[in-house]
Amino acid sequence: MAAPLVLVVLAAVTVRAALYRSSLAVFIAERVEVASPLNAWKRVVEGLALLDLGVSPYSGAIFHETPLIIYLFHFLIEYAELVFMITDVLTAVALYLAIQDFNKVVFKKQKLLIELDKYAPDVAELIQTPMEMHYIPLKVALFYLLNPYTVMSCVAKSTCAINNSVIAFFILATIKGSAFLSAVFLALATYQSLYPLTLFAPALLYLLQRQFIPIKLKSKSFWLYTMQYASLYLCSLVVIICLSFFLLNSWDFIPSVYGFILSVPDLTPNIGLFWYFFAEMFEHFSLFFVCVFQINVFFYTIPLAIKLKEHPMFFMFVQLAIISIFKSYPTVGDVALYMAFLPVWSHLYRFLRNIFILSCVLIFCSFLFPVLWHLWIYAGSANSNFYYAITLTFNVGQILLISDYFYAFLRREYYLTHGLHLTRQDGTEAMLVLK
Amino acid sequence: GGMAAAAALLLLLVVAAGPGPGRAGAGQERRDALREELLLSPLPTGDVAATFQFRTRWDADLQRGAVSHYRLFPKALGRLVAALGVRELHLALTQGFWRTRYWGQPPLQAPAGAELWVWFQPTVTDVDKAWKELSNILSGIFCASLNFIDSTNTVIPTASFKPLGLANGTDHHLLRYAVLPREVVCTENLTPWKKLLPCGSKAGLAVLLKAERLFHSSYHSQAVHIRPVCRDASCLAVSWELRQTLTVVFDFFSSGQGKKDWSLFKMFSRTLTDTCPLASQSKVYVHISPKNKEKELLEVSPPPTSVHEAIVQGEKKTYAVYDLLSPSLFNTSRSLNVQLKWKRPQDSSEMPIPTLHAQRYVGGYGLQTGQICTLIYNTHPYRAFPVILLETVPWYLRLYVHTLTIITKGKENKPSYIHYQPAQDRRRPHLLEMLIQLPANSVTKITIQFERALLKWTEYPPDPNHGFYVGYSSVLSALVPSVTAMKDMDVEQSPLFTSLFPSSDGSSYFVRLYTEPLLVNLPTPDFSMPYNVICLTCTVVAVCYGSFYNLLTRTFHVEEPSRGGLAKRLANVIRKFRGVPPL
Repeated sequence: MAAPLVLVVLAAVTVRAALYRSSLAVFIAERVEVASPLNAWKRVVEGLALLDLGVSPYSGAIFHETPLIIYLFHFLIEYAELVFMITDVLTAVALYLAIQDFNKVVFKKQKLLIELDKYAPDVAELIQTPMEMHYIPLKVALFYLLNPYTVMSCVAKSTCAINNSVIAFFILATIKGSAFLSAVFLALATYQSLYPLTLFAPALLYLLQRQFIPIKLKSKSFWLYTMQYASLYLCSLVVIICLSFFLLNSWDFIPSVYGFILSVPDLTPNIGLFWYFFAEMFEHFSLFFVCVFQINVFFYTIPLAIKLKEHPMFFMFVQLAIISIFKSYPTVGDVALYMAFLPVWSHLYRFLRNIFILSCVLIFCSFLFPVLWHLWIYAGSANSNFYYAITLTFNVGQILLISDYFYAFLRREYYLTHGLHLTRQDGTEAMLVLK
Repeated sequence: GGMAAAAALLLLLVVAAGPGPGRAGAGQERRDALREELLLSPLPTGDVAATFQFRTRWDADLQRGAVSHYRLFPKALGRLVAALGVRELHLALTQGFWRTRYWGQPPLQAPAGAELWVWFQPTVTDVDKAWKELSNILSGIFCASLNFIDSTNTVIPTASFKPLGLANGTDHHLLRYAVLPREVVCTENLTPWKKLLPCGSKAGLAVLLKAERLFHSSYHSQAVHIRPVCRDASCLAVSWELRQTLTVVFDFFSSGQGKKDWSLFKMFSRTLTDTCPLASQSKVYVHISPKNKEKELLEVSPPPTSVHEAIVQGEKKTYAVYDLLSPSLFNTSRSLNVQLKWKRPQDSSEMPIPTLHAQRYVGGYGLQTGQICTLIYNTHPYRAFPVILLETVPWYLRLYVHTLTIITKGKENKPSYIHYQPAQDRRRPHLLEMLIQLPANSVTKITIQFERALLKWTEYPPDPNHGFYVGYSSVLSALVPSVTAMKDMDVEQSPLFTSLFPSSDGSSYFVRLYTEPLLVNLPTPDFSMPYNVICLTCTVVAVCYGSFYNLLTRTFHVEEPSRGGLAKRLANVIRKFRGVPPL
């Protein structure tokens, strides 16, 4: 399995290197879909230039990266392209190893449930076999590395790649079962972009499941483990934030980074829903709707945790998708991360209802984004509504994709426990509805 | 005996009652003096520039001591200076742009719109509060919208603006500078300005200030400068000086009807009839320097009372002087109409190029990015000199200082001093100050890239597609080398137009230039759509919420056959008629 992975990595690196040398690199770096005010490379360079001039990078409204990025690129600015290529490769390798381990866990669990007779007798075709699971890790790495979104993100040198890398390592650490490393990487991911805070719940559920601790509110061991994990997470977060203080000897980075993410003052267009909404918002309601939109990202966690407590990896996937869709400054790099997981759920294909329409919507929207941007900004023959419409369509497409996968997952679970060929009381074939 | 005693008592009472509180100043005379002058300078392109200066000097200390008796110094401004702790105040309202390249160095230039810069006294504790109050009060005095000056267009330059009057210590935190590029100047601003003059517009040079001619011009700038000056050569006491200046350039084609001969009547549709009785000096200067020093170019009539030579802006210039206070002037006619006639046609090759001039423009295309390019020309054949460049850019054009490039003669030119303060969204603008050395006979190009921000729909001005004025023109302050060395001169004796800027030594003179205001378009949202956008975006969020709600709260069930709705039963009835099996 290592050889195909190496081939994929080589192909990905070649594509990226070719694009770096071409004239498309400048064009891609300016795309608003790829570079947002939070993770554009131009702003990192600007922040470092301000530091050279003796002005704090956080004194203006240009630089919104964490001090970790300043530390990293202060020394590595000459090798930026190499850094981003290596980051992408590391992400892909981490995902590969994680999914490999996850498949083993899934297979073991499946075997256990079959032996315990939890499955209905006629569901043989729904059971995943090692044969079909064999190529899934490679497909995941392929989906991530050769996804045009990831390639564009890498060529634009958007620091989204670093965020994705940290999340990938977090997933790897969680699947391997190391609570400490998982907490550290989760703290790093939260420190970088705040929203991975919601990934605490699926990671906790996965680790509990791995330790065979039942998830009951009255159980003492449940609370003990939760407290342990939470304290590991919070301590690492506090340590990282304190280390950041010592870079510039000020807490200026907190309003500049987290205040910026939460209050959304910059209305530069992107593929998300926030920018036009707040550009057209009545001033009186601005604060209210900012709060509503931010709560929207966080409040799906508890209900999903309750529903999907037996399936924490699927919960992780849905949560990642929700973060990518509803965060304040999304880019296609965030979309690429959750799309990398789609091969893991390829066994749900037969239950997906709208996959053709949705993939068409997503592909067409991806092509229309630069076209309508050009028409608005350069040609002047369209206005902002055109670009906004494509944003809406793209987000609806993503939302329906996730809910389609969710539906398919739940349906398969029902079939596994109740049998594939359902009959009604009078013996005729039955339909399954959600009631 | 009794009568003498009563008389002595009366005398004693009168003497004792003499220096009462109301006449406390009668003992020490608080002298104030008004000097007015008009400078007419024909410009190389055939236009003519007229600069009025009215200078009131008051030997009183406005900061200390309760000053209650105002004579020539206007009470509105005096009380302003005393109450808000103002050390220096410079306010200019300008319409049009001074074309340095074609008209030469300006005597006093100001950027288009309103410009206000103020040095406060060190005793002022909250400078921002004083600044806000000051701009509001000035807005009322001059009928200008100076109340729009707030933190988004105020900057604190560190090197470009030094005090023009007496100062001990220059902590630049006491300085505030703001420009309002969209401000329009009209008669409403001229009237209160004229009211501040001691004679109003009824006598003296101010009778020429009639709005219908003054605003029919290429350039109109009226300014107020208040500053403390030395009372005498020993500088033991401080006097306050108020200068009101008005510069207007009459266009050769529109006002001159295509003929280059000018006269006071042609320019102002008025002539001078008498002097202001409150003025101690009232003169008209006409610039008649011969350009090629062979013979004179310009003939003035009636013959001037005297001829004055001065070294102004580094060059020796000759002026014909009409002293309105001299009795011989109004002997022949009741009114004075100075006429300027060209003796021979002017050669275009004689047009002198100013030593320092600059240009600024916006480069790039589209509504996403752009760049500001400033070109500075040093046309001196062998002397290099430094220039301080001040750029204030509003926050919605996000400057990237790592893209700043300064190129002179094809090579990079590193500034010896850079002060950059990045903008904060909706709070303060960008401030960039640089000290650049301009080599002799060179063009320096300074470019910096910016990104255009999308604003909230309420932040756009009316007619948003007109664009935003980036009128914070680059301010260039330089000590330009003089052609002729200037001697130290006595401020009281020399004409007013030579003594506004203090000169440290005779080898160079101070020049402050402003570049063109820029007009930049920003991407606009659709202003008719707030409700639609809110509904559509909330719909998308609701789609997610609805789908997830369904999937989270409902479970799968085997569908029970339903009895059939109304439609099904109707369909079965029709089928029975047709003889087809029912559904």
